[in-house]
Amino acid sequence: MILPSLAFIIVFSYIPMWGVLIAFKEYNLFTGFNASPWVGFDHFRMFFDSPEFWNIMRNTLAISLLKLLIGFPAPIILALMLNEVRNMAFKRIVQTVTYIPHFISWVVVSGLVFSMLAADNGPVNDVMQKFSLIDKPINWLSVPEYFWGILVSVGVWKEIGFGSIVYMAAIAGINPDLYEAAAMDGANRFKQIFLITIPSISPVIIIFLILGVGNILNAGFEDILLMTKNLSNGIVMPYAEVIDTYVYQMGINNQRYSYATAAGLFKSIISVILLFIANGIARRLGKASLW
Amino acid sequence: MKLNFSDKVMQAIIYFILVVLAFLAFYPFWNSLVLSFNVGSDASLGGVTFWPRAFTLENYEIVFKEKRIFNAYLITIARTLIGTLVSMFFTALFAYGLSKKGIVFKKGYMIICIVTMYFSGGLIPYFVLVYNLHLYNTFTFLIVHGLVNVYNMIIFRTFFQELPDGLEESARIDGCSNFGVFFRIVLPISGPVVATLSLFTAVGLWNDWFTPAVFISNQNLIPLQTLLVQIVNAGQTATLIENLNSYAQSTVEDSSTVKALQMATMMVATLPILLIYPFLQKYFVKGALVGSLKE
Repeated sequence: MILPSLAFIIVFSYIPMWGVLIAFKEYNLFTGFNASPWVGFDHFRMFFDSPEFWNIMRNTLAISLLKLLIGFPAPIILALMLNEVRNMAFKRIVQTVTYIPHFISWVVVSGLVFSMLAADNGPVNDVMQKFSLIDKPINWLSVPEYFWGILVSVGVWKEIGFGSIVYMAAIAGINPDLYEAAAMDGANRFKQIFLITIPSISPVIIIFLILGVGNILNAGFEDILLMTKNLSNGIVMPYAEVIDTYVYQMGINNQRYSYATAAGLFKSIISVILLFIANGIARRLGKASLW
Repeated sequence: MKLNFSDKVMQAIIYFILVVLAFLAFYPFWNSLVLSFNVGSDASLGGVTFWPRAFTLENYEIVFKEKRIFNAYLITIARTLIGTLVSMFFTALFAYGLSKKGIVFKKGYMIICIVTMYFSGGLIPYFVLVYNLHLYNTFTFLIVHGLVNVYNMIIFRTFFQELPDGLEESARIDGCSNFGVFFRIVLPISGPVVATLSLFTAVGLWNDWFTPAVFISNQNLIPLQTLLVQIVNAGQTATLIENLNSYAQSTVEDSSTVKALQMATMMVATLPILLIYPFLQKYFVKGALVGSLKE
């Protein structure tokens, strides 16, 4: 029963892991693995010395830190707010509606973003002009400095609702007696959020935070690729290129397989180290841990 | 529970914020839906927001008559149906096997699986593997890719482990084999979990544009989302018109129509999922929970 799937995992997950060895070779598809010469750490050195390296690292870290800083607490706050809603119909409608963006593909989301931020008749420009926040329409997506902000906002927009499900469920599991006791002691509902709700769901928060830290070098991929794919958006690349998009660019588009694999391997190793560090800290603090 | 004044203020603020959030979540989609039903040249004058001003079905007519879009739609549907079915089958079977007590080396198998969640060879070695297996540019690859999902496997396994042992024992006494128990007893009572994970898998397959973009170069094999990337990103009218067949070419005169067509195609690619998911909502809320809390 387990054999077919186990074989599948070994072929499609473990062979590529062994395949990272091509990072230490001068590989191309036609000479094959064995015939390609070993080159040691040349590709890593080339990556570290490349003019784009520091730019890519800055973008990767900045984008993912922003995503963690804003995208991580957002669903928690939404869940806390939804928990205060007494009108069940209203609550259900808000939940259903905020889940919608999760089910929309990044391709369509990028299309929606282009449409919303368009310089001609884009609703964002229209509204901001109406309130005199700006004089004339801005082509938001072609200003490199705005790219991080747009990317992070769209990410929050897409996942805030769906991300809140887990926290809603954790909140639902809290013993109602605790709230009664707190109310008896004179805590109003605002205080109860901080004294009871948040401490009660903190194990769940910590687990997701650990996972988030392990993901810190996954600044995003599909979203960045799609929002920069539009021809006119090439100019934002100095702020948009992250390790993953670089690997894709170098490996798939330029067919520099070994070089791209080296860059990707560098990312994986740092990610795993970060995951272990985050988990170690969480365990030492005596809260929850992944393993 | 009685609310005092400060509680009431907080309630009002929260309701307000939630209404704004719900509006923000919904409006971009709604506006695009409206634009897809509006005449393109009229929409380009601006001011079309909540309701079509010059209603038309022509955009959809063009989209459905466009052979490439139609073909890509078929590929998407085929991939989603077959892919979900096959993936569910192998993943569930795998999970059932691993949920049994007394399997030799069970912990080892689990570790093998879990490692893949945190560490992978990355895109390029995977690409090389696929190329060398001669799966590049095949429909088979679109099914095989991500066939066994470890995350789903763990959710299935958690669910299977909680089934009462007696159920299977009695089936076995009645002469059921391992596979018989799996198909006749275990799968039928796992309805909600199967529904949830099928939905997630199907949505993932339906929305996936990247895998085909990298591993499929044959334009007749690319699914709708991948084709959509080309359509949404067609900055200039010329690029899009080049991609359309003769019927559409004769109808599309200007860039405003192109925008309406982009919207219509986006809606065609999104609506099937949005129409299905609310019905499965009560299941997936539970399903997402099982996976995340019991990992």
